Amino acid sequence: MTKITLGKGINAGLRAAMEADPKVVVMGEDIGKLGGVFRVTEGLQKDFGEDRVIDTPLAESGIIGTAVGLALRGYRPVCEIQFDGFVFPAYDQIISQVAKMHYRSMGRIKMPVVIRIPYGGGIGAVEHHSESPETLFAHVPGLKVVSCGDPVDAYWMIQQAIASDDPVIFFEPKRRYHEKAELDESVPPALPLHQAKVVRSGTDATLFCYGPMVKTCVQAAEAAAEDGRQLEVVDLRTISPLDLATIFASVRKTRRAVVVHEAPYTLGPGSEIAARVTEECFYHLEAPVLRVTGYDTPYPPSRMEEEYLPDLDRVLDGVDRVMEY
Amino acid sequence: MSESMPGSAPEVFAPHEAPVSPPQASEEVEFVQLLTPEGERVEHPDYSFDLDDEAIKGFYRDMTLVRRIDTEATALQRQGELGLWASLLGQEAAQVGSARSLNSKDMVFPTYREHGVAWCQGVDPLRLLGLFRGVDQGGWDPKDNNFHLYTIVIGAQTLHATGYAMGQQRDHAIGDAENGECTIAYFGDGASSQGDVNEAFIWASVFNAPVVFFCQNNQWAISEPIDRQTRIPLYQRAAGFGFPGIRVDGNDVLATYAVTQQATKRAREGSGPTLVEAYTYRMGAHTTSDDPTKYRLSEDLEHWKLKDPIQRVRAYLTRSAGVDQDFFGEVDAEADKIAAELRAGCLSLPNPELTDFFQHVYVEETPQLAEQREQFAAYAASFEGEG
Ligand SMILES: Cc1ncc(C[n+]2csc(CCOP(=O)(O)OP(=O)(O)O)c2C)c(N)n1
Ligand SMILES: [Mg+2]
Repeated sequence: MTKITLGKGINAGLRAAMEADPKVVVMGEDIGKLGGVFRVTEGLQKDFGEDRVIDTPLAESGIIGTAVGLALRGYRPVCEIQFDGFVFPAYDQIISQVAKMHYRSMGRIKMPVVIRIPYGGGIGAVEHHSESPETLFAHVPGLKVVSCGDPVDAYWMIQQAIASDDPVIFFEPKRRYHEKAELDESVPPALPLHQAKVVRSGTDATLFCYGPMVKTCVQAAEAAAEDGRQLEVVDLRTISPLDLATIFASVRKTRRAVVVHEAPYTLGPGSEIAARVTEECFYHLEAPVLRVTGYDTPYPPSRMEEEYLPDLDRVLDGVDRVMEY
Repeated sequence: MSESMPGSAPEVFAPHEAPVSPPQASEEVEFVQLLTPEGERVEHPDYSFDLDDEAIKGFYRDMTLVRRIDTEATALQRQGELGLWASLLGQEAAQVGSARSLNSKDMVFPTYREHGVAWCQGVDPLRLLGLFRGVDQGGWDPKDNNFHLYTIVIGAQTLHATGYAMGQQRDHAIGDAENGECTIAYFGDGASSQGDVNEAFIWASVFNAPVVFFCQNNQWAISEPIDRQTRIPLYQRAAGFGFPGIRVDGNDVLATYAVTQQATKRAREGSGPTLVEAYTYRMGAHTTSDDPTKYRLSEDLEHWKLKDPIQRVRAYLTRSAGVDQDFFGEVDAEADKIAAELRAGCLSLPNPELTDFFQHVYVEETPQLAEQREQFAAYAASFEGEG
């Protein structure tokens, strides 16, 4: 057992994947000597060399475009995008090339590319450093989209993502990089990559969340318990594909659901979950599925982010509203 | 394609013959210099500095004030009053020299580090702090001082500058070196790798746009040294795009002024773009969040300290222009006053309201967003009085 942070969990997971498979290469801006601006790749270049831990020129389209080429040549590139807001110069390569290669080649070409993106707000950063663009990828056929919510998942999910033959957009909750947990590497991962996890069991309503909002929702559930309300918390872990079986099972049990994410409200992951739950669990529902999310504005200047981001109070307000029906 | 191409045989380059030169040690760097680090004026065959010592005193004042503003902002960050600051330390001459060569109608597109250019354009330094304090995302109107908002997404503004310049061209605002207009785009050595920057070069070239690309090569893009972006001196890239490139000692305010002035003049006349590479050094951390001891040697810093852009002007003014100590004392006093005002202004910047920010998403607010704004306001009001 070792105590690790979420950031260190990804670091250890990358290290394990690189040790297991010499074709795994890591690439991005400032990931070598500096170890990345969040130190997630710290020490990797020293131990695996500059051929496998590549400080790239400053161009995101170049990072992803060359990762495609490396993948064609049999490598498994793990690309770091420095911040959420800087993935867009690479968007064309991701959407038109990475996502469609397998389809266009009738399955002959695989794209085992992982794109790591530190995302979300709450760190007091300047613009373009706090965004939650997961929907912009989850909406694209051919991409898989996941987000880890705790250090143990961080360790295993990054390895599972690297092992995936489909491209995976791996969203890392940057404000949770320093969260700690005990990790026992000898215990195999409890779940496959694309399965959700019930992190707290309850009967009155379900909170669906992922990434940075998992901690917030667990705290909300603890607070609600003091008022005699038993909330179930489901860490979705996978946004595309959604683990609908776990989602439906929870809703059939609690009959009420609130989806929580930092990403804007309209057409966010919550929209899809609400639609699917309505389609499949209509007769179990006591209330419409509600969403507690970021607002439909660009991410605001940091002095306002506390108001913008869903927090314990807003989650509980959402719970109050589903309970009122 | 198995058939050979018609016409004359194409030129063939063997990869090993490609003109790749190893990154140069800074001692060997060739650039336009008109004032040595020791404060001696030197001649250059193509560029001369034709202003008087009063103008040089003005540059000294600009650079000193700008450095003081920058130091104060760093201190404000350390004390928790700013979330972040990107220091311009070491780049004062590159910024002041280039900006002072601009005419009042020229337009500037900065990165996030152009505090010295902002100063020369007349932007109130307090306005620069809003972005870094987290109360706005650029608190000035670009039209007031012909100074666009800071652009954080690396390189994007070079295309904006080029498009703006194409507008100046279409407005027939060029063709006359005195009254014509031009645009200047600032960017870094790291940015030179971005597709946007390379596209801007192509656009500017084929449309002969009146734009000056001003690259501050401060040797670093966060932790990545310049040789991660290029194997040839950056200014030489311009030739491949079809316009002139020139390297200037970016720590020499006279040379930076003279070189940029020629480039802007060329643009205003209608002769098209120029790439200016200002060879300088980022003396501070990338930003206040960065720890440069992780990736660079302090010897480099010592070496570059000897090339300080302000010290050499002071040496010149003292030794060769007979400027007395009173002048320097006055500038220092002015700097302290500006810094104190900046600090007071920063502390009294009002905290914004999220409701105001809903209103700026669209010109015409959508009904859905208006509803969201009202719901948010009602929710926020429900906490009022709870302390
Ligand atoms: C598209 C994009 N990718 C990454 C970043 C993160 N980032 C901010 S500054 C920087 C380095 C920029 O280096 P350079 O262009 O040399 O400018 P300098 O900071 O040295 O002035 C990076 C990678 C960004 N802002 N935008
Ligand atoms: Mg630089």
